[in-house]
Amino acid sequence: MSTRLLPLLAFIGLALLLFIGVRMNSGKDNSAIPSPLIGKSAPQFVLPVLNKPEVMVKTDDLKGLPYLLNVWGSWCPACQVEHPVITRLAESGKIRVIGYNYKDEAEAANKWLQQFGNPYDLILVDEPGRAALDWGIYGAPETFLVDAAGIVRWKHVGPITPEIIEQEILPLLESVQ
Amino acid sequence: MIPELGQISLILSLLVAILMASIPLWGAHANNKSLMQTARPLAHAQLFFIVVAFALLTYSFTVHDFSVAYVQKNSNSLLPFAYQISAVWGAHEGSLLLWIMILAIWTSAVAIFSKQLPETVIARVLAVMGMISIGFIAFTLFTSNPFARAFPVAPEGVDLNPLLQDPGLIFHPPLLYTGYVGFAVAFAFAIAALLDGKLDAQWIRWSRPWTNIAWAFLTLGIALGSFWAYYELGWGGWWFWDPVENASFMPWLVGAALIHSQAVTEKRGSFKSWTLLLAIAAFSLSLLGTFLVRSGVLTSVHAFASDPERGLFILSFLIIVVGGSLVLFAVRAPSKDAGQPFTAYSRETLLLLNNLLLTAAAAMVLIGTLFPLLADTLKLGKISVGSPYFGFLFTLLMLPLVMLLPFGPLTRWQSDQASKSVKLLLPWAVLALVAGGISFFFWPGGGIKTVAGVIAAIWILLGTFAFVRTRFKNSGSRFTAEMAGMMSAHLGVGIFFFGVLMTESLSIEKDVAAKPGSNFSLRGYDFRFDGVEKVEGPNYIADRGTVIIKNGDKVIATLHPEKRMYASGGNSMTEAAINSKLHRDLYVALGEPLDDKGSWALRLYVKPFIRFIWLGTLLMAIGGFVVSFDKRFKRRNAAEANP
Repeated sequence: MSTRLLPLLAFIGLALLLFIGVRMNSGKDNSAIPSPLIGKSAPQFVLPVLNKPEVMVKTDDLKGLPYLLNVWGSWCPACQVEHPVITRLAESGKIRVIGYNYKDEAEAANKWLQQFGNPYDLILVDEPGRAALDWGIYGAPETFLVDAAGIVRWKHVGPITPEIIEQEILPLLESVQ
Repeated sequence: MIPELGQISLILSLLVAILMASIPLWGAHANNKSLMQTARPLAHAQLFFIVVAFALLTYSFTVHDFSVAYVQKNSNSLLPFAYQISAVWGAHEGSLLLWIMILAIWTSAVAIFSKQLPETVIARVLAVMGMISIGFIAFTLFTSNPFARAFPVAPEGVDLNPLLQDPGLIFHPPLLYTGYVGFAVAFAFAIAALLDGKLDAQWIRWSRPWTNIAWAFLTLGIALGSFWAYYELGWGGWWFWDPVENASFMPWLVGAALIHSQAVTEKRGSFKSWTLLLAIAAFSLSLLGTFLVRSGVLTSVHAFASDPERGLFILSFLIIVVGGSLVLFAVRAPSKDAGQPFTAYSRETLLLLNNLLLTAAAAMVLIGTLFPLLADTLKLGKISVGSPYFGFLFTLLMLPLVMLLPFGPLTRWQSDQASKSVKLLLPWAVLALVAGGISFFFWPGGGIKTVAGVIAAIWILLGTFAFVRTRFKNSGSRFTAEMAGMMSAHLGVGIFFFGVLMTESLSIEKDVAAKPGSNFSLRGYDFRFDGVEKVEGPNYIADRGTVIIKNGDKVIATLHPEKRMYASGGNSMTEAAINSKLHRDLYVALGEPLDDKGSWALRLYVKPFIRFIWLGTLLMAIGGFVVSFDKRFKRRNAAEANP
């Protein structure tokens, strides 16, 4: 009798583990494979500023305060979806939001900003998408949280929602400050 | 209107499944013949409603009905026709519908091909399959409805994931699911036997071909997935120990063990409880696989869009099905093995070892797959258990399996002399070792792995032929389909290990920065990069490279690796280009552009004998199919039904 109970006991252990696994997963975004950058220094780039191609910004220039790097393009419908959310976050003044204009044309980007508003402190332009490779960016929208010391703390693929801001960005921001 | 009809049809199939799970079971309990006889017509009715639902969803794809949320998310008006069909099972909701349909097909097939079985058995078996059906149809309807509408209607579909726009992906899920779901038959038989309280050799004999067919399909499904990963992902690998790969591999290993233990139980009456447990385990692991893939508990390249609600639903279902069967097993499994006794050296012992090694391998994969989750739960941090763990333990467990394999068929049931088998196989073992020694000098740099691959392949090859030889020498012995299938599968194992070990030890790869016109030499092959041009496909634009491969002055191949950007946006896709011969693959994948002058990062591989991996799996699958056509599975059943 006892040996025949063994499979059942083993399964109970397994089921318990899986249950905890499911519970841990609720509320967090499962589709995102954590970026290998997290916990490391933000990759170096030198990128021009939108409409001021003579001004070049280095990754290190952004240090000092935490910032949110928001990858977007005028060609990206999902960026429109998250844009009001990003705008509200930027207006709240809780964090600097830096735009990363990805594989886009200046004219189209400006038109888009006129139409939907420009919440960004600064917009960097990566038209060829070369620097994006180092960041592991493979589409838009993607968003990174980088702390004051220039360490990448968090990455999100897909549109930002108010829940993500409440549950992930703000708590994390508090913990790094 | 059409999607609503599909939905109604699916709801009706759920009602039918509920009837099928209850009425025949009650009939079997009360010994009421007319109630039991409802099982077969209900099985066919269920299949009918599910096929209608499936056909209507397919129809919505072909007419680009983007008001259906699932169609909108997984199709696009530019999508080629073949992929409009395969897009039906291209994501979570639709692939569940495919799962259900395949289960219904198996159920109907059981209903048709079970004429010789006692009515109570078939009533119980179909009822158990009905219960599984209920779980999955309810799961689909309540958490993952493929027919749900989305308003406002989007003018254009998002597109099928470009990774899935590939012929390999048309067939991979149906084959895989046919395998997974096929284990439900053996499972249902085990449950029926436990409910009945006695395990008849005749039922085991009857369920054997089903297990073999399911296992063969699973083999094909996994092999096709591995082949697809090889040429589509551009990493040059064929197996990554990814959680989802593991999820399909565990039932495969247990299924292989089950095939062998069923043979023992049928022929000798031994290992009854063990066979029952394996039948439960094979299907439970299929369910576990479904859970792991769709709950998002583990991170994987295969993960479907998942949410915790779905995870909880499947977990509850898993607990009911697996927990319930194991409780039943604990209470009702035969307490003593009533089989015929056997000695320390006998075919029974060897098959027991086979079973232990295969199930240990499955347990090893299970632990490796779930360990990251356990570590995360215990706050040990996020870790991933990679190929070092799996590779090492797997080699450790498969080594004795390969060594013992040729002994199995040559050894008699009940009792045999070890010295006899050893004497018979010794010359072949020596030959295999000599061949291994030669290979050490023939492929310098291959090292121990190459030698092991050659020895394993030749040992299994010759050992299997030694079996055929003794079979034909004993003039009285017949050569059955069962033996032919066994031979094919065993040869497949040898060829598979040969392919794996040779590829692992002799492959070379080179990452190069290639200017147009530049040459690279790799193991005697000369790769010339001729630049990249833009080409347009039906729904993508591609950077298409040209690489000319020469051996000396002879042009062997002109390859065109591609990097595709699909019109619907998203990530770019690598299409590796491969020139393939039985003894080697030449493989070129396009990386990233490096400058404005046409330079690209290229990845070049020479992979010796990699085709043997899939050739071996193909032989195993063929073996599984051939065994199931053995005449004895039919004849003796008929003979016993009319004594």
